[in-house]
Amino acid sequence: MIEICALTKSFGPKQVLRGVDLVVPSGKSTVIIGGSGTGKSVLLKCILGLVHPDGGKITLDGQDVTKGEREAFLTRFGMLFQGGALFDSLPVWQNVAFRLLRGSLARPKDEAREIAIEKLRRVGLGADVADLFPAELSGGMQKRVGLARAIAADPEIIFFDEPTTGLDPIMAGVINELIREIVTEMGATAITITHDMTSVRAIADRVAMIHAGKIRWEGPIAELDTTPDPYIQQFIHGRAEGPIETLR
Amino acid sequence: MNSASLTAPLASLGRATLGLMAAAGRLAMFAGSAISHLFRPPFYIAEFWRACLNIGWLSLPVVGLTALFTGAALALQIYAGSARFSAEQVVPSITAIGMVRELGPVLGGLMVAARVTSSIAAEIGTMKVTEQIDALTTLSTDPMKYLTVPRMLAATLCVPVLVGIGDIIGIMGGWMLGTSRLGFNSTTYLKVTWDFLQFWDVGSGLVKGAAFGFIVAIMGCYYGMNSQRGAQGVGRATKSAVVAASVAILTVNYLLTEAFFSA
Ligand SMILES: Nc1ncnc2c1ncn2[C@@H]1O[C@H](COP(=O)(O)OP(=O)(O)OP(=O)(O)O)[C@@H](O)[C@H]1O
Ligand SMILES: [Mg+2]
Repeated sequence: MIEICALTKSFGPKQVLRGVDLVVPSGKSTVIIGGSGTGKSVLLKCILGLVHPDGGKITLDGQDVTKGEREAFLTRFGMLFQGGALFDSLPVWQNVAFRLLRGSLARPKDEAREIAIEKLRRVGLGADVADLFPAELSGGMQKRVGLARAIAADPEIIFFDEPTTGLDPIMAGVINELIREIVTEMGATAITITHDMTSVRAIADRVAMIHAGKIRWEGPIAELDTTPDPYIQQFIHGRAEGPIETLR
Repeated sequence: MNSASLTAPLASLGRATLGLMAAAGRLAMFAGSAISHLFRPPFYIAEFWRACLNIGWLSLPVVGLTALFTGAALALQIYAGSARFSAEQVVPSITAIGMVRELGPVLGGLMVAARVTSSIAAEIGTMKVTEQIDALTTLSTDPMKYLTVPRMLAATLCVPVLVGIGDIIGIMGGWMLGTSRLGFNSTTYLKVTWDFLQFWDVGSGLVKGAAFGFIVAIMGCYYGMNSQRGAQGVGRATKSAVVAASVAILTVNYLLTEAFFSA
């Protein structure tokens, strides 16, 4: 279980997170929605310690994430970055198998390669892309390689930052199904950021909406359509009129 | 005129000085941390060899050409100077000294700074702005160990070797010019050079080379890691890295020369 308490973060004069409180239950899929630039990616980076929050507390299973062994902590996580963040000096399969080639999870090269090709297959990529370099792939393909890398070492907790943006509807469906499968079959804890309402409905057990630096609404997916919260209603129906300003 | 307008230039000078000192402090901490990581596993051997290839092997043509032409020009200048008091026989020895103790390491270091510092800063800077550094961290790999340490070690070991090769090529440049244009006897030229040079002439140049190699890699990594967002950020980081490395090389060169001189 990840507990976030009164988390704040500013960049210069710009207050991005203004006291975020959120509980992410283990073995469930939580989806974070919210307008562009509201700090969703920053929130995930704070949990991973990539961005240092100004205030507040984050605990994982009751333990403060800023204390304790960093390496052991990060080994439990997988992360898909919004931009893919593939290492462009390494071929695709070595990107996917990065963790399996070094450090505490290291294993023989051909075994790591086999796992990488299997994970690539799960995100809809054939073995022929394994030896290409990231720069030779399309944007959507890069995204899926990033996804394969995030799940390669079968982590307990996985963060997906916009896994389906830039994908065609069929491929988006495949990815939604994959995320669902990872949570239900492997019991992983997932946090997904997405703008795609189809994805939200396909992936989420719980939904949290971030607005103006705080969690505006949080609840099970079943309540998403019935909640009277005007912010949620405006967001899920994509209306231009409502309490959320369009000039941000 | 009020006092504020009088002190304004002073205040901005003070701010600039403080800023420079803070930057130097951050850089020193970065370098210290890189050195401390050198002795703690894990070690990324493949990354180290890759860095050696890039920094050492692929810099050979640039450093070799620089040394060749510098050696030739140096011999010509020394001839022009020494001929004024009929001391032309010093050409081989002074060319060798100038090359081995000063121009070999300094010009070699500056050429490597142009070639290697810029590419390290641009590469790491791009990795930073495309979140690849963050991705490394989440994959339980310390960017300091994976990116900085191999480059630092490779540059510190390879640049002295480059300098040594540059020394030889530079002396050969002088020899080619001396024998073809200035009428020196080929064997005598080489024999005079060989007999004249002392171990420490060459050794001090190699020590300089190691120091310059360290500077070249650390500046590239530091500015790359601290790159601001976007293409402009990477461009600025690259420029700052090359400028800082060049200035540091010239400063450290003076300090080392002074130290060797008094020793
Ligand atoms: N490293 C940084 N330096 C300065 N500002 C930053 C930095 N990272 C994020 N920000 C700012 O924080 C705000 C939130 O950014 P974030 O990337 O979290 O948005 P987001 O909710 O993920 O948006 P999107 O849905 O468009 O990805 C933005 O206004 C951005 O400008
Ligand atoms: Mg984002």
